[in-house]
Amino acid sequence: MPELSIKTITELLTLLDKGDISSEDIVRDQLAAIASNDAELGAYIWSSEEDAILQAKEADRRRQSGDSAPLLGIPVAVKDVLNVKGQPCTCASRILEGYTAVYDATSIAKLRQAGAVMAGRTNMDEFAMGSTTENSAFKVTKNPADTSRVPGGSSGGSAAAVAGGEAVAALGTDTGGSIRQPASFCGCVGLKPSYGRVSRYGLTAFASSLDQIGPITKTVEDAALLLEAMAGGDPMDSTSLIEPVPAYADRLPDTLAGVKIGLPKEYLGDGLDPEVRAVIEESIKVCEEAGAELVEVSLPHTEYAIATYYVIATAEASANLARFDGVRYGARVAGADPIDMYCRTREAGFGPEVKRRVILGTYVLSSGYYDAYYLRAQKVRTLIRRDFEAAFKQCSVLLSPVTPAPAYKLGEKESDPLQMYLGDIFTVTANLAGICGISVPAGLTAEKLPVGVQFLGPALGEEAVLGAGHVFERAAGRQ
Amino acid sequence: MKYMADIGLEVHVQLKTESKMFCGCSTSFGADPNTHVCPVCLGYPGAMPVMNGHAIQLTVTSGLMLGCEISNYSKFDRKSYFYPDMPKNYQISQYDKPLCLGGGVDIVVGGEQKRIGMTRIHLEEDVAKNIHFGDCSGIDFNRAGIPLMEIVSEPEMHRPEEAFAYLLALKRILQYADVSDCNLEEGNIRCDVNCSVRPEGSAELGTKAEIKNLNTFKGVLNSLKYEIDRQVEELESGGTIVQETRRWDADAGMTYSMRTKEYAHDYRYFPEPDLMPVVLEEHQVAELRDSLPELPAAKKARFVSEYGIPEYDAGVLSADRKVADFFEATARLCGKAKSASNMIMTEMMRLMGETEMDIDQVKITPEALAELVSLQEGRTINSNTAREIFAELFNNGGMPASIVEERGLGQVSDEGAIVEMVDKVIAENQKSVDDYKAGKEAALKFLIGQVMRHSKGKADPQLAASKLKERMGN
Repeated sequence: MPELSIKTITELLTLLDKGDISSEDIVRDQLAAIASNDAELGAYIWSSEEDAILQAKEADRRRQSGDSAPLLGIPVAVKDVLNVKGQPCTCASRILEGYTAVYDATSIAKLRQAGAVMAGRTNMDEFAMGSTTENSAFKVTKNPADTSRVPGGSSGGSAAAVAGGEAVAALGTDTGGSIRQPASFCGCVGLKPSYGRVSRYGLTAFASSLDQIGPITKTVEDAALLLEAMAGGDPMDSTSLIEPVPAYADRLPDTLAGVKIGLPKEYLGDGLDPEVRAVIEESIKVCEEAGAELVEVSLPHTEYAIATYYVIATAEASANLARFDGVRYGARVAGADPIDMYCRTREAGFGPEVKRRVILGTYVLSSGYYDAYYLRAQKVRTLIRRDFEAAFKQCSVLLSPVTPAPAYKLGEKESDPLQMYLGDIFTVTANLAGICGISVPAGLTAEKLPVGVQFLGPALGEEAVLGAGHVFERAAGRQ
Repeated sequence: MKYMADIGLEVHVQLKTESKMFCGCSTSFGADPNTHVCPVCLGYPGAMPVMNGHAIQLTVTSGLMLGCEISNYSKFDRKSYFYPDMPKNYQISQYDKPLCLGGGVDIVVGGEQKRIGMTRIHLEEDVAKNIHFGDCSGIDFNRAGIPLMEIVSEPEMHRPEEAFAYLLALKRILQYADVSDCNLEEGNIRCDVNCSVRPEGSAELGTKAEIKNLNTFKGVLNSLKYEIDRQVEELESGGTIVQETRRWDADAGMTYSMRTKEYAHDYRYFPEPDLMPVVLEEHQVAELRDSLPELPAAKKARFVSEYGIPEYDAGVLSADRKVADFFEATARLCGKAKSASNMIMTEMMRLMGETEMDIDQVKITPEALAELVSLQEGRTINSNTAREIFAELFNNGGMPASIVEERGLGQVSDEGAIVEMVDKVIAENQKSVDDYKAGKEAALKFLIGQVMRHSKGKADPQLAASKLKERMGN
């Protein structure tokens, strides 16, 4: 049994500070956990003992020489969509097989500066397109709570690794719920920061106006620590926000007294699994007992969110994925001429869900359809953003379910993509509006499947959602 | 039936920036292939564009020089199509909100002045360069991402010569504004030409063909001549014009069909989500407007009033900003504007034409020319010697006074020496002396020539003339 990789970042930092353990100890323990469990769990696409130990030894050297970087020696598993120089970055796609990243994403560079060890590449839905991690071209990832079930997605590998004790902490990306949903399914904390809070430079883009990088951790405090290290303006990303980064972890509150929590009525209506509803109702009670004032709010355009999301996300994806053509890097299938080579390469390189979305996105941007789909979707997006602006005039955070149901059985939704898309209803709105949200473990179903609760905050409202999540987590007795 | 043509041009101009449009890579020409590249301009996974503010400034400056309206809100869009020269398989360009709108260029063709209206100027990134080696191809991405300004004219030109004049005038203004080197050999300017024909008197434009990627002005001129004839012949023989893209083959002197409209690209434009819109404040535009260089027409008028040179001279000198600057510097240094103008318009332009050199490649400086003009005006040297020294300065540089001294080229203005030579010439040429005395003025010229020959070209010809007349008793 692993002893160190099941611990939290804060616990490990204390042990490291006391000199009881080294970074190398943590990394070796984590590698041992991967070696013994990952054949079953399938959380990782790639990890290298040599590479990880080298980084850990360097961290230990830094610590010995008096360096006090905030995450010094902490291993972080990285979703296979973020560029880490010298490591593969396949996005779980055949088309990037053999590609080695030539530079560090800004978020990775910042984590390295904070002393973290880049400890391996986690499985995901191909190009982050999916909600189960079943769209990976390479392997199936299982839910540690029930290995007959999916871990969620698209950051399923990261969530499974953290929940399954194969990672101290991990990074995910969230375009429509891809951090919060797998965190909820696996029983860990998942934070989607506000759009622009973490630089996207080096994140292989799925939908540029929706993508965000965020942490998947065991506690809210750990998420705060990772966010603090990664957040901030970046000259390489024009859409990043230059506002100063608060000391999130230091400012976590211990009460919800004076905090108004909004309950969006559209998120608590029909179509919610009864067991999920029970956990959410219990969560509301916990918050109330912790001092929060509850107000009902309305997000009237919620019913258009899924359609809007799938128009915008696929449109942007169709352009973002155009660069994978076999010309400069990655896999190539030879053809009679360049266009034939592109067709063959993309035919062989992309999986069915990616093809489906690229075709959909190409269609909605086509001449004659642009106004009816893309332009209209952008207008609805503005209405959804205004819904949230109005709601946040009445409260500082919103409380809602993360998903309508707990983790599905493996293979259950594979044949019905539309049904799978509808599972994103409570998460896609935050991406469309550019606001932040966190998923915190809230309870279990009768079958012991984890269920998370979501706190949503306004743009740059990370302190508020981390605060609510932290107090809830303690009050619910999970920490 | 008589036909008339309607011609519109899309001119792509490489801007003079240090770095590329969306990354920090160098824009310098002629480096080894794929040495000015990075994840951004190679379209690597996760790389993102960052706008080059200098390119925005240069485009706005161009717009102001061309009389455009500057948009205070502008944005970039993705233009999608698959081609190996396109790293991301979309080009970051501007679709419905370009930086500059309207404007125009004045041209003179056959003595007639005309203003060609412009539709817009937008900014985009250049593509890579495909190089073919027989059985395989390579791609050089050094050019990919260099800022490219696209200037779109209205279809208001009706003859190939007008298109040619438009390009020359446009190039002159852009060089004036110093926004581009406008070096055609380095591909700084490339044109797409839209051309259609219609029966004279018909109000409706005909179906157009687009001739792509012409990189010489002569190519534009010749391809248009060919294309207009082709379209007229097609119509006259009962055919129709199809909307299509054509390619100019300069060697064959013909245009060829590349693809018809049915196979036209659907570029699927949508706003670039990785970049923020460009918002220009009024004061930013005003600052650029205040720092605009003088336009050619204004400079010409000023040369006439400030330096008192003829209008013709002023027109020739102001046509090229660098020539104008050279003239102005020389005139200020020597205070003899007309003489400076004469030297530049005759010797300088002749030698530049012969050597195919640009004014910034020649060795002569305004300081040297000013000294040369002063030496001639002060009659230290005569005009033949001045021309000889000019050629020396043009090719090798240096200062005229020291050349005069080194080579003993100083004009002989010593009266005694001249009189001695005059007497000798009179003694040797009695017949010419008689002719002169009989009233033949040409004889005097011959005699002066003889004095010059004796002096090896160094005599002051004016002094020689007066002494000749004096000694011949006149």
